[in-house]
Amino acid sequence: MQKSALLSFLITSQLLSASYAAPPALPSGISTKPSLPSGLSPSPVLPSGLGLNHSADSTFESNNDNDEPLSISGFWEARAGFRTQSDSHERGTSIAESRLQLELQKEFEHFTANLTTDLLYDAVDKQRSINVEQGKGWFDLREANVEFSPSDFMDVKVGRQILTWGTGDLLFINDMFSKDWNSFFNGRDEEYLKAPSDAIKTSFFSATANVDLIINPHFDADRYIDGRRISFFNPMLGEISGKNALVKTDQPHGSEISLRIYQTVGAYELALYGYEGYWKSPAGFDASSGLSTFPKLRVYGASARGPLAKGIANLEIGYYDSKEDSQGDDPFVANSEFRFLAGYEQELVKNLTLGVQYYLEWLMDYDEYRDSLAPTSRPRDEYRHLLTTRLTWLTLNQNLQWSLFAYYSPSDGDAYLRPKLHYKIDDQWSAEVGGNIFMGERTHTFFGQFRHNNNLFTAVRYGF
Amino acid sequence: MKKSIKNTINTLLLSAGILGSSFAFATPSVDEIVNRTNFVAYYQGQDGKAKVKMTITDEQGRERTRQFVILRSDEPQTDSLKDNAYKGEQKMYVYFSRPADVNKMVFMVWKRPGGTDDRWLYLPALDLVKRIASSDKRTSFVGSDFYYEDVSGRNLEDDTHELISTDENYYVIKNTPVKPELVEFSYYTMYIHKETFLPIQTEYYDKKGNLYRTNQTLKVDTIAGFPTVTQSSMENLKTKTKTLMEYSKVSYNLDLPKEIYTERFLRKAPRKLLR
Repeated sequence: MQKSALLSFLITSQLLSASYAAPPALPSGISTKPSLPSGLSPSPVLPSGLGLNHSADSTFESNNDNDEPLSISGFWEARAGFRTQSDSHERGTSIAESRLQLELQKEFEHFTANLTTDLLYDAVDKQRSINVEQGKGWFDLREANVEFSPSDFMDVKVGRQILTWGTGDLLFINDMFSKDWNSFFNGRDEEYLKAPSDAIKTSFFSATANVDLIINPHFDADRYIDGRRISFFNPMLGEISGKNALVKTDQPHGSEISLRIYQTVGAYELALYGYEGYWKSPAGFDASSGLSTFPKLRVYGASARGPLAKGIANLEIGYYDSKEDSQGDDPFVANSEFRFLAGYEQELVKNLTLGVQYYLEWLMDYDEYRDSLAPTSRPRDEYRHLLTTRLTWLTLNQNLQWSLFAYYSPSDGDAYLRPKLHYKIDDQWSAEVGGNIFMGERTHTFFGQFRHNNNLFTAVRYGF
Repeated sequence: MKKSIKNTINTLLLSAGILGSSFAFATPSVDEIVNRTNFVAYYQGQDGKAKVKMTITDEQGRERTRQFVILRSDEPQTDSLKDNAYKGEQKMYVYFSRPADVNKMVFMVWKRPGGTDDRWLYLPALDLVKRIASSDKRTSFVGSDFYYEDVSGRNLEDDTHELISTDENYYVIKNTPVKPELVEFSYYTMYIHKETFLPIQTEYYDKKGNLYRTNQTLKVDTIAGFPTVTQSSMENLKTKTKTLMEYSKVSYNLDLPKEIYTERFLRKAPRKLLR
């Protein structure tokens, strides 16, 4: 390749020097050439690099921004928010924190090391002891991993990492990686919805299909709603609770395995998924110990995504096989579910994008579920229908972003709105205001239970 | 190796062809001019790489910058002007480093002239591979005055082309959209440098016929034999904003592996190639 480039360069330069010898010098005042038709501006002056002073292969100045094999980046931010109504079980201040994220990346000969740490001063949850699993305390480890490619067709990433797959927009069927629901509902940046996993990710690539195999040697639970920051419907108490009745759990010690087989066919991305592990948030209750549990779960699914009309469409299905309640008659363990998602996104007009999704949770063995429940408990519907809308509007040269993400469930009669206004002040500074607004007729539905957590927040961030 | 010999021959033929036209002093046909311009602007070499720095200045003089590396590979195996091979599909990989909020973000395009482009965005903090709808190609590219279409190239068939004048340095081409309802301009003129076929200045006129947007080539370097725009600007006279685009570390014919343009390398950037 280099040889051919060199050869062609040599010959071209000869030809160029020959050609440039011939034409006469450009007269001055070329830009005021009068013979142009009206409506045309004067001809532009030749830019540097063209014309008389032209040398064939000019000594091309490259910026002296030599890439550092070690890169350090990150941000500092301050974030504050309050509840817009009183909640007898939670503080009125929904969020008040200062965060410094440092992201280090170091390239070695055969591998790359990544380290992302968050130093946090949290005025709401002043728990001093660090728990990097649940993201509690003044230190959170987001990433600490090593990446390498043992062969051309294989990548490995070992250690703490953020993992995402699937096609939903803020809806997840086959993405069984840990989520941080407290951050999501409290108004932290959307990136904090994803909690880290301690895992070994091995990827294989071939012309027929690509395979991702992820093993979490120890179960990584969601940073689930435990009542510390967000109040919720407690089925044991039959009412909304928060700090008065924190969720205590018995976490399994087993491992998790996630598998994805995927390929792009034309413009369409197709994938099959499998998961063997546990419900990621508490979905069971051990009556003898009084602890919430994470029952065994197996998930099978598939997805497709690609262009449709003027936008992008996606489809995803999943079967949640709740292994500890295969008959569906255990009131203390979640039943199996079939989940379905269809979405579409399109730019309506310049800088205004609309995304819509329909999502279904179909509870299996519904009769057994109803029969097993105590007469006083409030049952779920067999079908939970959910619609979402995302509107994104970019203004002021794309520096001011207006966005609204809305969940609405016609079957549960509840909704969740996430409005946000984000402004990029300059290359470093940005500021935002937003809200989390929950509505619902009943206290035990998915979004209705969070009715006392409505909050508004604001944040400033300095990136480096 | 066979491919590279073929490339060499094509490059030679092409170089000779371009220069031949300047020797002969005969004006090439309009089609020939716009085809060659499209080639030198977007398809030189089998692949290429550049570091780009964008400086966006708003009407109040405030500056914002964007820094990224572009990798580009052409689907056609030749640079031949015959059969319009160079108008074929292209893949682009854009790796951002600045500003901080887009650090390590990747934008990928599979360009299909005549069809719809496929676009992806990788958001590293979420490890999220997003597919983005590409309906309006005349939307600002990362908040700059350049549109997606300016960066990846406008389909030649979307306009009719007319040679309206020539002078010592330039062919002046007027381009009128075939479907005017799809675009914000009524026509645009290009000053094409006669010897290199590089577009030196492009002027966009609005529906009322007023000049409102100007693209200028400010600096050209010849790299590996290819005349290359290394500095250009886009000015919007209506919004009074201006973007300066500076290229560094430009190289051609790197034999970039085609696998770069897949999900694998969105999630794990080919760092050695991006240096």
